[in-house]
Amino acid sequence: MSCCQSVLLKTMPIVLLAGLATACSSFEPWVQPYEREILADPVMSFAREPSIENHFSHVYEVREGSHGAGTSVGGGCGCN
Amino acid sequence: MVPARVLVEVVVVIKLLNKMKLLTHLTFISGFLISSVQLSYAAVLADDRADIMTHYYSGGGVTAQGPALLVRKGNDKSYSVFAGYYVDNVTSASIDVEAQASEYTEKRDEVSLGVDYLYNDTITTLSYNTSEESDYLSDSVNIDMSQEFFGGMTTFNIGYSTSSDTVKRSDNDFNKDLNRYRYRLGLSQILTKNWITSFNYEAIAEKGFLNNPYRSARVLGAYVPEVYPSTRTSEAYSLRSLTYFDWRGSIRFDYRFFTDTWGIQSDTFEIGLNKYLGDKNIFEISYRLYSQNKASFYSDNFDAEMVYMARDKELSTFSDTTLKAKYTYHMFENDSGFFSKGTFTTSVSYIEFEYDDFTHYKTGEKYSYTAWVAQILLSLWY
Repeated sequence: MSCCQSVLLKTMPIVLLAGLATACSSFEPWVQPYEREILADPVMSFAREPSIENHFSHVYEVREGSHGAGTSVGGGCGCN
Repeated sequence: MVPARVLVEVVVVIKLLNKMKLLTHLTFISGFLISSVQLSYAAVLADDRADIMTHYYSGGGVTAQGPALLVRKGNDKSYSVFAGYYVDNVTSASIDVEAQASEYTEKRDEVSLGVDYLYNDTITTLSYNTSEESDYLSDSVNIDMSQEFFGGMTTFNIGYSTSSDTVKRSDNDFNKDLNRYRYRLGLSQILTKNWITSFNYEAIAEKGFLNNPYRSARVLGAYVPEVYPSTRTSEAYSLRSLTYFDWRGSIRFDYRFFTDTWGIQSDTFEIGLNKYLGDKNIFEISYRLYSQNKASFYSDNFDAEMVYMARDKELSTFSDTTLKAKYTYHMFENDSGFFSKGTFTTSVSYIEFEYDDFTHYKTGEKYSYTAWVAQILLSLWY
């Protein structure tokens, strides 16, 4: 297991537990809905053009030995 | 009466979840979802939108191009349906084809249908994909659930896909099955007014014919049929970060780690920069680096016959780098007329593949090639 994987595996439960602890108290979001104008900007989207993202996912999935944790599901081969 | 086949599949899935310690995680997260419902924030369905795209790939003797269409329409309150159509027109004279056969052309059609359903601040997505080409058929069903918490600061996603594929050869009646099961978990978190991050995990279990039926292994220089294990389990973890800066742009970092039961491990890094120029133009440049080690049963040229043998370059030790440039032009935005907004996007990418232990069948030198990828996209909101 690599260093990065180990860090990710250790970090996720802590984030979840922190979230659960917060859920049990009265929660106030530290970024209010009216403060999220920037977050709604097109340049703040992980997948602004889903069609282009899906095409890239297919290009890489048929040429690399790895897949998953990305944007695409389903798909076929087209790969020889 | 529940069919025996369904019961067997349920038992297999539960065993797999236990094996991967996923059941504990899923139970925990389910409890977390339930405990936090009272803090949820109104979820929003995706915009009504149509994407019309043409795509192009050329590299390593392969050219694939065609149109793609994605349309989405909902009622703004409870549902949004979507449909997609994607075509690959492939002409291939890749090194694998050159070594064993002659150039061929084929067409792949993919159709996707789905619906997003909004109920009590939870978005449930049910979708179906089918892909067909002369020697490969694939059908998959996907279900995903998304829930916002803590005033919309946190979003959880959970998903499952199952696909049933048929692997064929176009020159004879070869026909084998391949089944694939995908389990997804995701968490995205608003950190500040201008910083968002997300974590995704996916486990994939595959069972069936996992080879490419046209490719061969080499034993002491002689070509023999490849033999792959009939199962493969893989896990992928990704972490993404996107930050806005006052110079009207953003910087994105992505990292993915992948590991599987075939001994492959890979790392993918990507950094991207988005920048407004005026109010209507967005430029993006990004750099992606991918590297993997070989599968345990891969060899460019085996010394002796083994139980499992592969000489598929996708299972070798290699790396690839991508440099991408993308430009988006906001054509119009108005409140009257059928279309409320329109954008035009074009993207061009250059990819280099370099193989450490896959050699050219003629020269014996390490193989490498370059590829170009391009898309032209018209998006219309209504």
